[in-house]
Amino acid sequence: MKAADKAAQQGALKVDENGRRKNAAQRARALMERKSDSMPVVQFVGERQERHVTAEMVDPAPRGGIVEVAQQHYLLRLIVSRQLAQQYAASVLGLLWSYIQPGMRFAVYFFIFGVVLKTHQGTPNFALRLFAGMVFMHFFTETWTKATQSIWNNRALVLKMRVPREVFPIASMLTAAYHTGPQVVILIACCAVVGWHFSFAAVLALLLGFALLLTFATAMALYFSALNVLYKDFQNIVSTITQFLHFLVPMMYSYSVIAALGKDHQAAYQLYMANPLAEAVMLMQRCFWFPTLNNQSQFAKQFPPDLWSRGLIMLAVSCVLLVFSQRFFARVESKFPERL
Amino acid sequence: MAESIVVDHVTKDFTMHYHRTLKQMAVATLRGLPLKEEFQAVNDVSFTVEQGESVGLMGLNGSGKSTLLKLINGVMRPNQGTIRTRGRIAGLIATGAGFHPQMTGRENLYLNGAILGMSENEINGKFDEIVEFAGIGKFLDTPVSHYSSGMYARLGFAIAIHVDADIFLADEVLAVGDRPFKKKCLAKMQEIRTQGTTIFYVSHAAASVRAMCDRVLILESGHLNFDGPCDDGIRYLQYDDDDDDENSLEGMVDEELGADI
Ligand SMILES: Nc1ncnc2c1ncn2[C@@H]1O[C@H](COP(=O)(O)OP(=O)(O)O)[C@@H](O)[C@H]1O
Ligand SMILES: [Mg+2]
Repeated sequence: MKAADKAAQQGALKVDENGRRKNAAQRARALMERKSDSMPVVQFVGERQERHVTAEMVDPAPRGGIVEVAQQHYLLRLIVSRQLAQQYAASVLGLLWSYIQPGMRFAVYFFIFGVVLKTHQGTPNFALRLFAGMVFMHFFTETWTKATQSIWNNRALVLKMRVPREVFPIASMLTAAYHTGPQVVILIACCAVVGWHFSFAAVLALLLGFALLLTFATAMALYFSALNVLYKDFQNIVSTITQFLHFLVPMMYSYSVIAALGKDHQAAYQLYMANPLAEAVMLMQRCFWFPTLNNQSQFAKQFPPDLWSRGLIMLAVSCVLLVFSQRFFARVESKFPERL
Repeated sequence: MAESIVVDHVTKDFTMHYHRTLKQMAVATLRGLPLKEEFQAVNDVSFTVEQGESVGLMGLNGSGKSTLLKLINGVMRPNQGTIRTRGRIAGLIATGAGFHPQMTGRENLYLNGAILGMSENEINGKFDEIVEFAGIGKFLDTPVSHYSSGMYARLGFAIAIHVDADIFLADEVLAVGDRPFKKKCLAKMQEIRTQGTTIFYVSHAAASVRAMCDRVLILESGHLNFDGPCDDGIRYLQYDDDDDDENSLEGMVDEELGADI
């Protein structure tokens, strides 16, 4: 009884399979008939030459990561200049917008925090300290928001051409750097005007702060650009976070406020300081603002006593984050074509 | 002769995701709806192509031809198996070239060239030739989103064919062009064929494949079911069933070819 059932079932399956094949063959015939004239016939003429390709047999989709991006600098340059041109296409003031917006924000912060709330009292060159922080925060938020959308915005290319896909978030970072560069020049000019005293500590702070900012920004750019392909929510999440990111680093108020907070709320203090951007901003202030003061010893309280070790630890953490993001990116990247 | 493409037991799964946002996913999970489903677009495919071989890829729509080409040119990675290729790969896959809609034809030309591995000098050197071949003339500085699908395909093909690639992949993109342009493209492909470039040509037009290719691969719902000479492949596609009357169908094919030539 059971065996008979099975046999009957198998018979039915076989018929089904045969029917499917017949159906497919029929469709193939119909298609070929219909399309027989879709492409013209061009006969081969001439003589066949042999082509000697010296290259090795390789994987057509190597996992080169950001190293491969660095090798393709011509491509990177094209994409960056494209982004720059596109950002301000059909706008009258063009590139000026990237100065107007941070300029306005600077004016507002200066007015609210400096003039109204008087956080500048007891802080000489308050504007300079605010500006030093804002320039680099601007670089970071620009990188982060633009990079997060970069893969999605370039999906036409991602779907059709083989490129190391890290090229898009990296290009967003370079675009942000292009916009920030002139602001850094202005910052340096301001320092020179106010009077900047050379010290090795300042140079070291610059190097450490810059390395920290760069690794952290790259890590976040890679991670969120990939994440945004999987879940489009992240571009909104990122732009929401960047709205208040400026308030989470000590530039409108001084570090001593946070240190005072730490006396009662140790956990909140540690959480605040766990933000690599807080260290990066303070290192930049240590480089640009601090050396312009005349009686520096009086303002040592404006930085945490363990600024250097915290900076180094955060650099190490950011390097780990970068490795992690690159791995995540490489893993998710093979799914891009079906998720876009 | 050296190997040009080696495809070894390659499988490509696609995961169909039904939901895009976190909210939709949460709702679906609560209701116990499936979040995704998997199927094989390319299923355990193996073959080797020698340098200079010209291969026709045939099969019904949805049988995995474009997916296979994407795997070969590196846009996608196989879930299982390995692919190895030798030299520079160029071509046109699926509908239209990889253009950025907001960029002009000129910008896309440079970007595409750079992605395909050309240097700035190389692109500058071939620029006029490419524009001439594409015949887009005064539209060169118009964003490609304003192009007709024919112009789009023409520019894409013109760039890809001038890259001097070792492997050239031509999907059905050419189907959108007008007939003189198709002829021009196929002539150009025959020209690079004489230079020993490996060619993949996807088309449903039997006579055209026969003239262009030395060999035919046939995909059927992801499986490579035929790999052999052109004539046999075309016969395979047309009379899959043995119980069909061979003679009458033979006559039909001859008629078709007659119409085409
Ligand atoms: N990005 C994708 N995501 C999910 N499914 C896809 C994707 N691309 C193709 N497919 C599916 O894979 C199968 C093979 O498609 P394709 O390779 O384009 O076939 P062909 O080129 O032979 O017409 C089809 O069923 C198609 O729906
Ligand atoms: Mg296709």
